[in-house]
Amino acid sequence: MMTKQSGPLRAPSTEKVLSLANLCKAYGDAVAVDGVSFDVERNEIVGLLGPNGAGKTTIINMVLGILEPSAGTIHIEGVDIATHRGPALERTNFTAVYAPLPGNLTAYQNLRFFGLLYGVSNLSGRIDELLRQFEIERFRNTKCGVLSSGEQTRASLAKAMLNQPHLLLLDEPTASLDPASARDVRTKMCEFAAQEAVGVLWTSHNMVEVEKVCDRVLFLSHGKILLEGDPKTLPREYGKETLEDLFITVAREPLTLEGNGA
Amino acid sequence: MKHLSRIAAILLRQFYLIRGSPARLLPLFVWAAVDIVLWGFITRYLNAITPSGLNFVPSLLGAVLFWDFFTRVMYGVTTTFLEDVWSRNFLNLFATPLSISEYLSGLVLSSIATSSIGLVVMLVLATVAFGLSFFVYGLMLIPFLFVLFLFGIALGVLACALVLRYGPAAEWFVWPIPAVLSPFAAVFYPLSTLPKWMQCVAHLLPPSYVFESMRSILAGNPVSGTGLLWSGSLALLYILLTAWFFTRIYRHAVRTGLIARYSAETLS
Repeated sequence: MMTKQSGPLRAPSTEKVLSLANLCKAYGDAVAVDGVSFDVERNEIVGLLGPNGAGKTTIINMVLGILEPSAGTIHIEGVDIATHRGPALERTNFTAVYAPLPGNLTAYQNLRFFGLLYGVSNLSGRIDELLRQFEIERFRNTKCGVLSSGEQTRASLAKAMLNQPHLLLLDEPTASLDPASARDVRTKMCEFAAQEAVGVLWTSHNMVEVEKVCDRVLFLSHGKILLEGDPKTLPREYGKETLEDLFITVAREPLTLEGNGA
Repeated sequence: MKHLSRIAAILLRQFYLIRGSPARLLPLFVWAAVDIVLWGFITRYLNAITPSGLNFVPSLLGAVLFWDFFTRVMYGVTTTFLEDVWSRNFLNLFATPLSISEYLSGLVLSSIATSSIGLVVMLVLATVAFGLSFFVYGLMLIPFLFVLFLFGIALGVLACALVLRYGPAAEWFVWPIPAVLSPFAAVFYPLSTLPKWMQCVAHLLPPSYVFESMRSILAGNPVSGTGLLWSGSLALLYILLTAWFFTRIYRHAVRTGLIARYSAETLS
């Protein structure tokens, strides 16, 4: 059963872990992200949704400091990533299906390598804890390249948790998982978001998953935020039955939604 | 402390990779050893057929050893960098708090560790098998190695910057660099042998001063301290310039999105 909860465990805090202000990214004449502004608060899971090419991964790359915005600012817990990249990234981590851990290192070696890069204290204990938590203890000394995609995803998630990030970016974290493993991952992430002082930015094309885990969703289209709201009520606000119907409308007929919000 | 931890991460990763892979361990010393054996026999043969009784071992075999050391230092930097290229690790790596200066420091430390292995193997082989005595160079051995080390680091960083800029296929830039430079560096012959324009290039290459000094010692002539000092300064300058160049290339890659889509090779 999913653990998304209301009440004290998920009591939202007003502290912002991520603030994007008027963020833009253009490649020549092609605009990938066009004036995007939003916040992610502590203990909040925000879904970043949109069709392929909408600008989700571009935004995540800019938050991770591996892509420079053309304009706008990114603050992680109030720290400007443009001027204080190191301190901002110390409190951030991510996992993405297109960024697997190096396959020529074992799960343990990868976690030690990245643990040192993130300056994790009591690293050995933290690695043991994460190997146990993500049920990859038996792959401790197995090279990540020979793990199944589900096991690799769990190893990547363990890496994403190493530094107990305050901002966690999950780019399609369950894309390569079977339904049972995907549910386990969702449960773990929800528990993590609830118990730690963390904000999560989650992208997914699985609308059922988004509805289960996200407190709030942002629909992107052509680099702009088209819609924003509670995934449970947003579809009805726009006359749609499900979040998936709304997604399809955003992907195919975004103009019909502009300015029609409830 | 965190700076050291991040630099140590690069070193540790390289240790893990080398420890678990003969394909990485053997090149640290095998090619250098092959060079020493090959040139060891060539010098023996030259010694045998030269009526003057001239000993080619310290001039030719010593030069081979110094040049191979420089090459190992350069490759030590580039192979550590290439590990991130081969494992498509840029996204994970550069999304951490690791700074460029920490990354480059890690590459340099890794090179020190790997090139030292090659140097020890070459020294033992050249001394034991072919009677090369390093006492003939005296204390000058230390600045010789130091200058070659610095220049190897500088060229290694330059090669990394080129691969970062032009994508994984630009790896071929890396391997021939020492071979391209060797004629200009006057490894085996006096600088005066070269035509004027090549001498001008040689004066910009720190190794040329090392090899000229080495030959001066063997000929019983004094070594130009100014020349060696100049070569050391030149090598240091190259390190600063190439580190600046690498940073510029990295920033360009972050600005254009090349880091995030490195396999595309170029986005321009």
